[in-house]
Amino acid sequence: MSAFSAVRIPFPAVVAARSAGEKPSSPFLCSPAAAPVIHSSPLRSPRLGRPPLAVTSDVLSSQKPLGSNSSPSCQAVISRDEALELYEDMVLGRFFEDMCAQMYYRGKMFGFVHLYNGQEAVSTGFIKLLETRDSVVSTYRDHVHALSKGVPARAVMAELFGKATGCCRGQGGSMHMFSEPHNLLGGFAFIGEGIPVATGAAFSSKYRYEVLKESNRDGLDVTVAFFGDGTCNNGQFLECLNMAQLWKLPIVFVVENNLWAIGMSHLRATSDPEIWKKGPAFGMPGVHVDGMDVLKVREVAVEAIARARNGEGPSLVECETYRFRGHSLADPDELRKADEKSHYAARDPIVGLKKYILEKNLASESELKAIEKKIDDIIEEAVEFADSSPPPPRSQLLENVFADPKGFGIGPDGKYRCEDPKFTEGTAQV
Amino acid sequence: MCHLKNIFHYINIELKGGVFFVVVTKPSPLPLLSLPIFPLAVLDFEIDRKMLGVARRKLGFGLFSATRVLPAGSVLPRKYSTAAKEITVREALNSALDEEMSADPKVFLMGEEVGEYQGAYKISKGLLEKYGPDRVLDTPITEAGFTGIGVGAAYYGLRPVVEFMTFNFSMQAIDHIINSAAKSNYMSAGQISVPIVFRGPNGAAAGVGAQHSQCYAAWYAHVPGLKVLSPYSSEDARGLLKAAIRDPDPVVFLENELLYGESFPVSAEVLDSSFCLPIGKAKIEREGKHVTITAFSKMVGYALQAAEILSKEGIDAEVINLRSIRPLDRATINASVRKTNRLVTVEEGFPQHGVGAEICMSVMEESFEYLDAPVERIAGADVPMPYAANLERMAVPQVDDIVRATKRACYRSVPMAAAA
Repeated sequence: MSAFSAVRIPFPAVVAARSAGEKPSSPFLCSPAAAPVIHSSPLRSPRLGRPPLAVTSDVLSSQKPLGSNSSPSCQAVISRDEALELYEDMVLGRFFEDMCAQMYYRGKMFGFVHLYNGQEAVSTGFIKLLETRDSVVSTYRDHVHALSKGVPARAVMAELFGKATGCCRGQGGSMHMFSEPHNLLGGFAFIGEGIPVATGAAFSSKYRYEVLKESNRDGLDVTVAFFGDGTCNNGQFLECLNMAQLWKLPIVFVVENNLWAIGMSHLRATSDPEIWKKGPAFGMPGVHVDGMDVLKVREVAVEAIARARNGEGPSLVECETYRFRGHSLADPDELRKADEKSHYAARDPIVGLKKYILEKNLASESELKAIEKKIDDIIEEAVEFADSSPPPPRSQLLENVFADPKGFGIGPDGKYRCEDPKFTEGTAQV
Repeated sequence: MCHLKNIFHYINIELKGGVFFVVVTKPSPLPLLSLPIFPLAVLDFEIDRKMLGVARRKLGFGLFSATRVLPAGSVLPRKYSTAAKEITVREALNSALDEEMSADPKVFLMGEEVGEYQGAYKISKGLLEKYGPDRVLDTPITEAGFTGIGVGAAYYGLRPVVEFMTFNFSMQAIDHIINSAAKSNYMSAGQISVPIVFRGPNGAAAGVGAQHSQCYAAWYAHVPGLKVLSPYSSEDARGLLKAAIRDPDPVVFLENELLYGESFPVSAEVLDSSFCLPIGKAKIEREGKHVTITAFSKMVGYALQAAEILSKEGIDAEVINLRSIRPLDRATINASVRKTNRLVTVEEGFPQHGVGAEICMSVMEESFEYLDAPVERIAGADVPMPYAANLERMAVPQVDDIVRATKRACYRSVPMAAAA
């Protein structure tokens, strides 16, 4: 049964079912055998008026390890190539973020740096199913989304160092990764800000198909919007859920629920912590999935993206995940309890996938080690490249404020006025 | 000023309004015994009180004799501050919040991370433990929502202090700040007053990119119905925040993240719990007579440093710490310009329609005949804040920009470079 039909909503899941042998279980179970209460706070319970909710997932509630069945004789759900691709992507994300931390403490990077350690399964699980023409919109925690989408590691690293060879020529920084060839639309510092932008990108995809009649046999361009649990209380999110469903836009809303918004626990901030429920409230399917398991994420992603591509409309996917580091490198991370951290550290997505690959004999240990070594080299090279790149020249300060180079508009011949050789500025110069 | 180069080679004696200043400019090998020979025997070592308004970076007055008079109750230079205490701006804000919350149970604090996290910048440290979760509210990430809730609470007489993690995020709530808070007293003909304070860091920090670095002083100061304050030192922070919380109108309180950790000496009067500064009054941080430099928030520090550098070149700059952007203390600014005849305004925000533009216009309207040179306006670069460190340095005014502009105002020898 598909993960989508596990959700009790009147809309049928139209996509093909996958017979992976996974038993459908309800997304949240309050079973006492489930994981320990993730967050308890004396300030919370009296207000909510109900006992603390243990946020669990199907993996925990069914007490199963990664993958459908643990016996090696069972067929793997992905092919060898796909498994290695996923592994490589997650390792790239992890090693890159670790290197970012190192570089920050050495003073090569500055400002705000938000690391993605622990959440790689979500990025890899979704983005590796997208094509180049599909868009990704993210928040400030966007390094790994950029890498998964195909932005070269050296461009991202150079951007973080503030060099002219970065993907945004050093003008954006850690939180503002944009890449037009890869259709990476950022990189927004305000949470919730990227969601309307993503909805707009999806709108443009539908518009091009319906109004401009650009046909594409392979379906619409899909937009995937990534954001966190804190964003789900923001008005913009809800407004976009409404409009996306109303207009059946080809978008997938992916909630990376890592339970914490800086120091604010999701359970303290949200009246109903089950975010996936907000989907059906607007008429779209809402699914909760274990975000520490890349295969489960991928399974759900396949359906959600197919729905969007076929024009069936948006989906809301809540991925329960965890960030191993603090909110940013400046966050002392004092409020999260050690047992919660160790609980999720034990479910490290990379370790989990590695175990799965070895169990299903998709690859050998040495091949995985070779991949890790390759990624190490890529990261080293990225750092060297970024180090040796020049900082932006002084003249770059005033560039790119407008698309129109000098701001004098378009002339009657349709070209920029400043490009007309007879044009004299007559005003002060830069 | 008479230079007595022959005998007292190293001493300049200046007559000013009957008070004699002795400025020892170089190490004087002459014993003090030789001084009484000079006909003007009474040499008063009084120091102009207002000069001690310079908070930290003191001028090289190390050669003053120990008989200087230390005025009570004003800011003292570091090396002489045996009685004065130093507190950081963070501590000043925290203590102001603490005292106002304990004095009035209607005051409450809400914002993101103000409670359990002890404040995103640790400004509200310890307040949750002291006042409990009913008065220190951790909100979800819903600026529009919780600002609106604060305004509604203020309609009914409570006194919320709404914290924005940075004022950049206040844009998500700006509808409530302007339309619900600023305009209410007017629209209701005085029936509904909104005693609310919106506070948080404003302006550029270090390397945080375009969406985290904008200065909103000009935006909020544009709106009638709002009071806009911007402190510089710990004394300003304490006094103005207390005044803001006690005020019956909406106040936008623009702090600066980079100033939170800086410490300034404060007198006992400032530390008293009833201390409060008037809204709408600027402070003359440093008296001068050649040119007036106005600034607010972090730029005051830069202006003082620039004044230091300029004083070595013979330009005596008067530095005004605006403190209050709305209402703007036009009286002080104009009085100063009428004294010095030249003006340089400094701000961190974008130049067009900025605070400096308003000050320049005010001076032109009221003191045009007194101006000896066109007014100079220093602002941030007219671009969204870049991330790269070298570009960011160029996008924010630096001390030498202020120095250059002031020299231009004084000599008009260097041609002006306009913005693109």
